[in-house]
Amino acid sequence: MKYVLMYTSRPDLAGETDPEAAHAIYKRVYEWFGENAGVMADSGAELLGVETATTVKHDADGAVVVDGPFNEAKEVIGGFSVIDVADMDAAIAVVKSWPMLDLPGVAVEIRPMVEDYSHMEG
Amino acid sequence: MTSRRPTTTDDLLARTLREEAGPLVARLSRRFGDFDLAEESVQGAVVEALTSWRRDGPPQRPGAWLQVAATRNAMDGMRHRDRQRALAARADVPTTDEAGEGTDDRLALLFACCHPALAPDARLALTLRAVVGLTTPQIARAFLVHESTLAQRIVRAKRKIVSAGIALTVPPQADLTSRLTDVLAVVYVMFNEGFVSSTGPAQDRDLAADAVWLADVIATSLPDEAEAWGLAALLTIQHARGRARFADGDLVLLRDQDRDLWDHDAIAAGERLIERAASLRQPGRYQLQAAIAAVHATAASWAETDWLQISLLYEELSRHDPSPVVRLNHVVAHAQVVGPVDALARLETLAEPLAEYHLFHATRAELLTSVGRDDEAAAANRRALELTANDAERRLLTTRLHRRPLSDGS
Repeated sequence: MKYVLMYTSRPDLAGETDPEAAHAIYKRVYEWFGENAGVMADSGAELLGVETATTVKHDADGAVVVDGPFNEAKEVIGGFSVIDVADMDAAIAVVKSWPMLDLPGVAVEIRPMVEDYSHMEG
Repeated sequence: MTSRRPTTTDDLLARTLREEAGPLVARLSRRFGDFDLAEESVQGAVVEALTSWRRDGPPQRPGAWLQVAATRNAMDGMRHRDRQRALAARADVPTTDEAGEGTDDRLALLFACCHPALAPDARLALTLRAVVGLTTPQIARAFLVHESTLAQRIVRAKRKIVSAGIALTVPPQADLTSRLTDVLAVVYVMFNEGFVSSTGPAQDRDLAADAVWLADVIATSLPDEAEAWGLAALLTIQHARGRARFADGDLVLLRDQDRDLWDHDAIAAGERLIERAASLRQPGRYQLQAAIAAVHATAASWAETDWLQISLLYEELSRHDPSPVVRLNHVVAHAQVVGPVDALARLETLAEPLAEYHLFHATRAELLTSVGRDDEAAAANRRALELTANDAERRLLTTRLHRRPLSDGS
């Protein structure tokens, strides 16, 4: 089954990590992608900061363009990957080893991907 | 026991479902590659059994009857679907046969229903339905929840198992102990729901008995897990005292219970389960709670209870579970050892975390009474009464409030 992993963090807490520790974690992240290459259906992407986000949303008069991420949540998505594993437990096992989870405010959302559209046919 | 008089048919039905419903769901979901369909089919068969057995009497081979009915339902369900999809689903069946050799289907189902990716309230509801075989109306009655709310909760959880790919397998050894903690917690909650609400609205199933049975199944299937034996021991002993806990629908405190009503054979069986757990040398909270229950259950009277032993066990328990409720129980035992004055001082340290917990105020009332601070005791009792949700407990506290001047603290 394919799952999308959405890596989120809390920018308000992220500043507290000292640069040396941050460097060590980035090194482990790099290794982590190497170790999990076998299950990566799409290694995804790291995203630029929320300050670069632009949102297009519904408005009574039609679509409007606004500055910022789509909600005011404290957590922001920093990147995503797509993995292909047997089941949820396997996905959880992969995610549990995500090095960034050592940092406060970091969370990973696991969402199964829709792969079968046959039920839409009738 | 006193208010509920199940017929033989209902007893047999309950026993059959307990033994058969879980494995049947597991077997059908393997065969058809669809947990949802399997679960619905078994539930359909359960409902058919409820009406047909009560009307015509139980069949000769109840287990086989249930299996035939459930399988027929599943086949009908399959036929209603696109044939192509059905074949695809069948081809997709994970090869649990290889991995599942020798493991109990029911246990795999239980682990799936108690998966941490499911909401806690959904875990219990789904376990009761898929593993224990209770119908949605039965579960709704037991928890005083709207049937539609509960049905929705179950449907959502089932859908997540299917669509999010939650496997129907016993987790590998590395994850077993942590996942087992969730499973045992569900069984423990299930027992307590059954135990506390046994004077509530009439129930057609004894949840507490089902929980004792389930704890036994888990321990027997995972014989090296000390806490599984600990929970089985704890529930066995608590259940053995169940009959004495109510008189004419009113809650009877441990100190006032008629100890002749306790099932002493079951208590002895519980003690053997504790020994079995202890031989594995992995102490844990359920084992300690079981040990405490055993000290109470083997005392000749309230006065002759080994309070020092109980106090020491609570001290050890608070190392495994430092929750304020455990500390409150420790204070209660401690009071019997050192007296109410010292216990009251300790109790006050729990005033903040337990401000909304009725038993904190009830305990405080008791200690205040025994040191003669009657007005404060009455106020504490009133507070306890405001906070309790259970009818039987409310009646007990009301009685205590009214007979206050004559009270000996019970």
